[in-house]
Amino acid sequence: MARKITYQQAINEALDQEMTRDESVIVMGEDVVGGSGGHGEMDAWGGVLGLTKGLYAKHGNRIMDTPITESGYIGAAVGAATCGMRPVAELMFIDFMGVCLDQIYNQAAKFRYMFGGKAKTPVVIRAMYGAGFSAAAQHSQALYSIFTHIPGLKVVLPSSPYDAKGLLIQAIRDDDPVIFLEHKVLYTLEGEVPEEPYTVPFGEANVVREGDDVTIVAFGRMVLHATGVADKLAKEGIKCEVIDPRTTSPLDDESILESIENTGRLVVVDESNPRCSMASDIAELAVTRAFEHLKAPVKTVTAPHTPVPFAKSLEDAYIPSPEKIEAAIRSIA
Amino acid sequence: MSENTITPLTMPKWGLSMKEGKLINWLVEEGSQFSRGDELAEVETEKIASAVEASMAGTLRKIVAENDTVYPVGALLAVVADESVSDDEVNAYIEKFQSEFVPEESGDEDEGIQAQTIEVNSLNIRYLSKGDGDRVLLLVHGYGGDLDNWLFNHDELVEKTGMRVIALDLPGHGQSSKVVGDANLEFFADTIHAFLQALDIEKAYLVGHSMGGAISLCFASKYPDNVLGLGLIASAGLGDEINNEYIQGFMESTSRKQIKPWLELLFADKSLVNRQLINNMLQYKRLDGVSDALNAVSRQLLDDSGKQGRQFLDSLDTLACRICVVWGMDDHIIPASHTERLPDSVSKLVIESSGHMVQMEAANKVNQFLIDNLLTR
Repeated sequence: MARKITYQQAINEALDQEMTRDESVIVMGEDVVGGSGGHGEMDAWGGVLGLTKGLYAKHGNRIMDTPITESGYIGAAVGAATCGMRPVAELMFIDFMGVCLDQIYNQAAKFRYMFGGKAKTPVVIRAMYGAGFSAAAQHSQALYSIFTHIPGLKVVLPSSPYDAKGLLIQAIRDDDPVIFLEHKVLYTLEGEVPEEPYTVPFGEANVVREGDDVTIVAFGRMVLHATGVADKLAKEGIKCEVIDPRTTSPLDDESILESIENTGRLVVVDESNPRCSMASDIAELAVTRAFEHLKAPVKTVTAPHTPVPFAKSLEDAYIPSPEKIEAAIRSIA
Repeated sequence: MSENTITPLTMPKWGLSMKEGKLINWLVEEGSQFSRGDELAEVETEKIASAVEASMAGTLRKIVAENDTVYPVGALLAVVADESVSDDEVNAYIEKFQSEFVPEESGDEDEGIQAQTIEVNSLNIRYLSKGDGDRVLLLVHGYGGDLDNWLFNHDELVEKTGMRVIALDLPGHGQSSKVVGDANLEFFADTIHAFLQALDIEKAYLVGHSMGGAISLCFASKYPDNVLGLGLIASAGLGDEINNEYIQGFMESTSRKQIKPWLELLFADKSLVNRQLINNMLQYKRLDGVSDALNAVSRQLLDDSGKQGRQFLDSLDTLACRICVVWGMDDHIIPASHTERLPDSVSKLVIESSGHMVQMEAANKVNQFLIDNLLTR
């Protein structure tokens, strides 16, 4: 039965159901145990925001706390994946990737290729990303484009509870390394989610709104902003097509191009910094493969090329807002 | 219509979850006359786009609702009244209606009738029961369908017959368990038999669509004492032709683009296949176990040459219950020509401009035909 649960509960349920289905699925990370209903240390958070709460009581030692050493446990997860396990490692904040990047981009991402297709590395690295909590420059970045740049990694950005559950189950069952990025502002978002396990395929964009006037490609949390603006403008007769690629790698370029061919106008909304970003990537897609269909310049709405500010007022100005998205659409519609 | 009566035309409620609908456009002009069954306006919901059909003849005196605008369920769309009613009376009626109208509040889902789940032969079966009559009608959807396939039939059949009408999700479908046993017609018939027993229902009318029709025929053959009559809609089991490409294509599709052309084959009016309908179908197909279940069922339905494996045409006369058959003329899945060889004892209707999902595309006509030929005789 479908019922309303949060993005956070959807992720917890996906982990729980996959751990139940497949004994080789393990969860590891900093403070991920906890929340089993016990006392003292046993009743810790279940992850820094409680994402993995309750899993220890059901799955015991298959959910394990690690030392605060990302280089160690991310490496261990990658190694375990090559030896037949399906580890889900929680990196907590994506901003911590710098400590363990070699294990990800130079090891996990390369094994299948360098061993002639004979090795598989079914590891999932979960992490939260994004601004909005005044968590300052080292805990607020949207670094998905860095992983998207690296061949051999799959990169997932769910924007709804339904997608969060289905994409995480797909990520766990996938035989390649998957970077699964959760926007921290979305954790409390509610939506209809089936109780049964299901998968949402990678590389299949979700057309969230249909329209003939302007194509909006948005990622993660920005899908919600874009949809809100599209609904507002629809009342004035500006029909926007909102496309949520759901995965940046693989990317459903066909759905994006098809939409641009139909509308001739493109706005890309991306919370990350603008240089070498998904925004510039999608803009490149439009001008190299659909230029003859474009009726107006491609517009991008992104954060500025600065660190994420700590001050609430500055952080608000940093994040692409519905107002900025609306202005970009109006400038070409 | 009697003189001086004013009838409101309101936003219909298609299915439990519908709270509002978008009036796409009017299909008749203000002041024009229409007959029962005429399509008056196109309305789109989260689930499907369809036409509001006239439940009686009349004159569309005043259009209230505007094109491309969302209205809550029950909102006044237009006023139907004949020429003898003055404009003042019409306007006064509208004013009164609007001042008294309170839209159904969102978040009151608990007050409506909810689908339930019951365990039958170790399977969870979801069903939706409406009405409290002593006589029972069971609606059986087809391959890949679910109880929402009866969105435009369920309420009206309850209202017009006073019967208890139950729609279920067959095993492997909708939100029922995705376990299909031998996956043959007997398995489904046995499950329905146990389902009715679990609900303490001895006898029921069965109305089945497509594969649900063949399941109903199998049920009637196997459990003749438990069936009061059969309504067969675009039914399997009445000939050997079937669009095998559709079955394979539907089964193998995993993306929006792949599945859309196959879903469009189900309707005469392809525009009914909107984004939400496609999304709902994909969400179903992504559930664990669905792909295996659909595969297993299709292997039982079809023989090696891609024809229907089971026939009931020659045994129809041996079934003691009343049978009626309805089909859409433009059915691209199972041809309407399967009505041609039916015995005379079977009442039949072929509806123009309708496809395989005729109970959705021509809901009023199908409902009325079932009422006249099966449920009230």
